[in-house]
Amino acid sequence: MSYRHRLKTLLVAAAIAVASPMGASWAQGPIPGGTLHLAAPYGAALKSLDPHVTYNSQDLVVSKAFHRALYTWDSSNNAPALDLAELVSTSEDGKTYTYRLFDNIYFHNGRKLTSDDVIWSYTRIMDPTKGYPGSVQVSTLAGAKEYAEGKAKEISGLKKIDDRTFSMTFNDFVDPGMMFFEAITAILPREEVESGKFLTHPVGLGPFAFVDHVEGSRISGKKFDKYYKQGKPYADAVDFTISGDSSALDMAFRAGELDATVLSENAYVLYKADPELSKGLIEISELFTRHMGFNTEKPPFNDVRVRQAINYAVDRDIIIKKLLKDKAYKATGWLPATSPAFDKERQPYPYDQAKAKALLAEAGYPNGFEFTATVTDGTSSLGVLEAMMPFLKEVGITANAKVVDSNTLVDEMDQGLAAAWFRSAGTGPDPINALRCFDSRVSRPACNRSAFKDTAYDAILDEAAAERDPSKRIDLIKKADGYIFEQAPVWFNNYNKAVVATQPWIHGVDANVTEAAIIEVDSLWLDDNAPGR
Amino acid sequence: MFLLIGRRLLQSMVTVIAAVTLIFLLFSVIPGTFVSSLAGDKRDIDPKVLERIETELGLNDPLPTRFANYIGNLVRGDLGTSFATQRPVTAVLSARIWASFKLACAAIGFAVIVGLPLGFVAAVKQGTWMDTTAMMTAVSGLSIPAFWFGLLTMYFISLKLGWLPTFGYGNGGFRHLILPALTLGIAPMALLARTSRAAVLETMNADFIRTARSKGNTETRIVVRHMARNAFVLVLTTIGLQFGSMLGGSVVIENLFAWPGIGALLTQSVSMRDIPMVQGCILLIVLFFLVINTLVDIAYLLIDPRIRYR
Repeated sequence: MSYRHRLKTLLVAAAIAVASPMGASWAQGPIPGGTLHLAAPYGAALKSLDPHVTYNSQDLVVSKAFHRALYTWDSSNNAPALDLAELVSTSEDGKTYTYRLFDNIYFHNGRKLTSDDVIWSYTRIMDPTKGYPGSVQVSTLAGAKEYAEGKAKEISGLKKIDDRTFSMTFNDFVDPGMMFFEAITAILPREEVESGKFLTHPVGLGPFAFVDHVEGSRISGKKFDKYYKQGKPYADAVDFTISGDSSALDMAFRAGELDATVLSENAYVLYKADPELSKGLIEISELFTRHMGFNTEKPPFNDVRVRQAINYAVDRDIIIKKLLKDKAYKATGWLPATSPAFDKERQPYPYDQAKAKALLAEAGYPNGFEFTATVTDGTSSLGVLEAMMPFLKEVGITANAKVVDSNTLVDEMDQGLAAAWFRSAGTGPDPINALRCFDSRVSRPACNRSAFKDTAYDAILDEAAAERDPSKRIDLIKKADGYIFEQAPVWFNNYNKAVVATQPWIHGVDANVTEAAIIEVDSLWLDDNAPGR
Repeated sequence: MFLLIGRRLLQSMVTVIAAVTLIFLLFSVIPGTFVSSLAGDKRDIDPKVLERIETELGLNDPLPTRFANYIGNLVRGDLGTSFATQRPVTAVLSARIWASFKLACAAIGFAVIVGLPLGFVAAVKQGTWMDTTAMMTAVSGLSIPAFWFGLLTMYFISLKLGWLPTFGYGNGGFRHLILPALTLGIAPMALLARTSRAAVLETMNADFIRTARSKGNTETRIVVRHMARNAFVLVLTTIGLQFGSMLGGSVVIENLFAWPGIGALLTQSVSMRDIPMVQGCILLIVLFFLVINTLVDIAYLLIDPRIRYR
């Protein structure tokens, strides 16, 4: 069976896994009531309750309950969808969008949403002293950079037309949905943010109003009665347990204390083998690409043949199967399998040590070389490097590990000190944004950690960004991804397969490829068997 | 006694200053800054913005300036603002201190209630099956990794028996406290059992015990009035040291049970290089430790009037 066929089978199986339990339950129709018990599963605490401040997956999981952005991620279509407004018009040049906010949207403090809130929120995100993560998205608006640099008093690309209507003008042709669907661009009420209480008592537009936060343990909310989607949320309350301990989450899930949680590699194997637990598994190919990055400015990785040789030298199938317990999909490029521009035709680098040796000899390393990769402790980083070592040794390459914490890793990458490193990069949903990580004009700290420089590649990306025909645009993006695949500024490892375990009594869990743990909580409902009822 | 408290306060100040200086210097030399944690946060920020943030947080100031600012604020009781949460350090700490204190008290309570009798029985019944059983329990308690013991309690008590919640703080009630306290208290319990056994054995053969026996005192009275009181000086030291280290030393337990304590906050702050928060946590832990030790010293005087501090 070819890799392409296997990937297709897996994705179809994932879709069926998602659809089956939901399909059966929707026949009864959602039942209102009960308390949702969910997990914020990536750490022992939340970084901030201000959604503009944090881009941690952990915080995004929780923000979905309390906040709303202009767009939302529609898992059923695997694309962003307008959430707070309708699109009134798009200008001829495709750069200006006019929106009209729905008339029934209220903040948790009872005030109606207006155009001013949208404009204030986006302007706040561009505050040059804060470095809010959403500034990357908002800076695509005309005049946003000028505002951040202090050259303008407002963002010229944001125009209020009336209390419910506003327009957004972009510098280039972009899909605004890709820019404004995450909580980092949530619309917030100015008066609450400036009140000084917002960091402990957040107020938003989400389906649940904030009730309580026990730092490092729990955050909870109650149903917001004036939520703008009729009949939603179905549940009366939501309760997130904050815990990054996968063993504890596993125990709590098995004890029925959690309605859904994400699984680690080891738990995945056990759940898959269990006839009952396996029924509630949702497998998702997330928009993350795990890789070993190379510093392309220094030998030996300044030679494309060396980089390709490493891609040929390692049997990734065995690493995925044995080490990662099949909880990953083999990477065939920078853009992951669920990216709109994923090239299904492209084959991954095959395991071919003869080819690797030949490439090394051509590059002037017939006897191989020695290098040190900077890694963090963990299966997908140090574990994978250790699994690679024997394969690399076979072609004469001695790989050493320098184990550091994540902050030191970032410093070593950004300062160009690391020769190679392991990382999981967010590679979606906007494919052009993801591919900008190899744009010559992008600095290391701003994403181009490999310091990859190729003007031919930049030109393809620019052409793709300017192209308005969707299918031609996708073709150009695929071409750019293929270019990176050939140039191999990274060792293409895998795309993360996230697995969400769900209890039989919870319904409406969506398969969110941007981050599996971010669940659209307003659509969740509990049947009569739920302990939370 | 007041002299003792005064002297202890003076010593404590030196300890606090040393700890604060050490932590400050340590975080100045280790690689990675708070700004690196922002870049690692799935976002790609313009380097100019990162530079601005560094300047705003004072990370680019010379080391002596930063240290002087920190000490100046500390003297005024201002622990600064957390880089990560942008909230005052004191506010974040006060939200967590009660949970940590409660857990430490419950764990030490469990250790004392179980460990002390276990040690006493083992000593009084030296060489019998009771002694062997008690010491086997103690050795097991010391050698079992807390993380694994915690998982075992979760599995049997929560998952299999369904008696208690697996993890979380709940509403701060007793039911959520039991498992983490049991897990945190198991090692101190074992240590207390061993210490108290050794202490009782030492006093058993002392002259004053023989005198008490020759006066016709009952065994119970001898154990409770004479042996226990004398053995307690040594036991108290163990309790003090264990209790003092619990506030910051329960990281694993707090993370496992999603317990909102200081230990978990400290590790999280270290990984984010949130220096004001780290300094605040360590200061609190050091102060707690010093207070407990001073209280233990005072307790020595009350238990054994022969003890004098010079």
